[in-house]
Amino acid sequence: MARKTPLNAAHRKLGARMVDFAGWEMPVQYTSVIAEHEAVRNQAGMFDVSHMGEIVFKGPGALETANRLLTNDLARAADGQALYSGLLNERGGFLDDVVAYRFSADHIFVCVNAANREKDFDWMRRHAVGVAPADASDDWAQLAVQGPKAAAIAQRLTAFDLSKLGTYRFTAGGVAGKQCIVSRTGYTGEDGFELYCAPGDAEALWYALLEEGQRDGLKPAGLGARDSLRTEMKYALYGNDIDEEHTPLEAGLGWIVKLDKGDFLGAEALRKQRAEGVKKRLVGFELVEPGIPRPHYPILKDGQRVGEVTSGTMGPSVKKAIGIGYVPPELAAEGSSFQVEIRGRLVAARVVKTPFWKRG
Amino acid sequence: MGDTPKDLRYTKDHEWARRQGSAVVVGVTSHAQEALGDVVYVELPKVGDTVTAGKPFGVIESTKAVSELFAPLSGKVVKTNDSLVDEPQLVNQDPYKAAWMIEIEPSDPKQYEGLLDAAAYEALLASGK
Repeated sequence: MARKTPLNAAHRKLGARMVDFAGWEMPVQYTSVIAEHEAVRNQAGMFDVSHMGEIVFKGPGALETANRLLTNDLARAADGQALYSGLLNERGGFLDDVVAYRFSADHIFVCVNAANREKDFDWMRRHAVGVAPADASDDWAQLAVQGPKAAAIAQRLTAFDLSKLGTYRFTAGGVAGKQCIVSRTGYTGEDGFELYCAPGDAEALWYALLEEGQRDGLKPAGLGARDSLRTEMKYALYGNDIDEEHTPLEAGLGWIVKLDKGDFLGAEALRKQRAEGVKKRLVGFELVEPGIPRPHYPILKDGQRVGEVTSGTMGPSVKKAIGIGYVPPELAAEGSSFQVEIRGRLVAARVVKTPFWKRG
Repeated sequence: MGDTPKDLRYTKDHEWARRQGSAVVVGVTSHAQEALGDVVYVELPKVGDTVTAGKPFGVIESTKAVSELFAPLSGKVVKTNDSLVDEPQLVNQDPYKAAWMIEIEPSDPKQYEGLLDAAAYEALLASGK
């Protein structure tokens, strides 16, 4: 039986098509993936991301404990700042990609992927030195309001001045009368917020935002649009673009790795890999002939299989067939060409600058 | 489900077929396009190719998924709808007319009679298969 978020009934009432995602019954679309994608790019969209997990480190030394598990450096963050980070195995491969919230040096809150919740928690419990982690996932629901109108909509429902909340900053605050963690983060490439609230408040918050956002064109948006939006930004999706076999250096995520911060899990492997050089790189490419790249399609150069597609779609905003995949470093530069094998046919592709989408 | 055109024949794979002189025009049903979601790519055979009843003749892709198109009957492809290359969304907008896909010169015209009629197709949809 798939798990249900507190918004399950709301999704059904809105006519959503539900699918199983990481063991959760989630809305993939309400009306149309493209319409929901465009709402997020042009007005606003709202996602239920309550399936995400939350793991908390609380107590003296919480920051040091989390910092030894994560690649990014919470010591360099301010209280009220969130950091995108890797959680790595000893080989430097991604156990997960997470967002770590620094409430204070004694309180670190880590948002993890739904599919990895148990694995991450188990790993953290076994490797935590200092403060023991707590799996608080059942205490939180999460809504993401994203798009150029997101701030205006949210502002009308809160007393807090949202213009004071910078990107990747968060605060505790009331939204529509419900106590939330208001975080200026997201997975779409648009301005917006992720609102963590008590599961019992999620439905009221959802409907309040839906109603308040109506005149701004806010639409409920499903996993389909979430995927096409993040693909256009070349944001990694765990299980597709990154996994235990790939490191942040290979994935182009060296910026979330702070090798100078002191020891952390996976650091040694990454130091070695940085010294030796990576053997593959995650690139963004577009097809220059008809077709759509999809995960696991082979990438070829001069008849040799050299890599694999990890994500791909027809980008609703860029209006091109775009893909993400691992290739050898010599094919990673912008303008490099290779072929993608689509149902036995070789289709020409070219490495392009990412994010694929930029507001024109 | 009452919008299934009565003058067409259907497959259990959700293609429709329409007799046009000696040829048969083929597309996908409204149920198919709804299940697929936004269609973003259609790959069709070339004129002159042969297709076989029940076997794939092309591919249709939505934002998320790749699906095969199955030939309702065997024969030679005599026309293809090239407008679907630039406007795959026609499949969502007008599945029974503007989004016709291929025209087949059937090798065994009797195969047409073996396809589902509208009532049988609606019964299939109602059974949830």
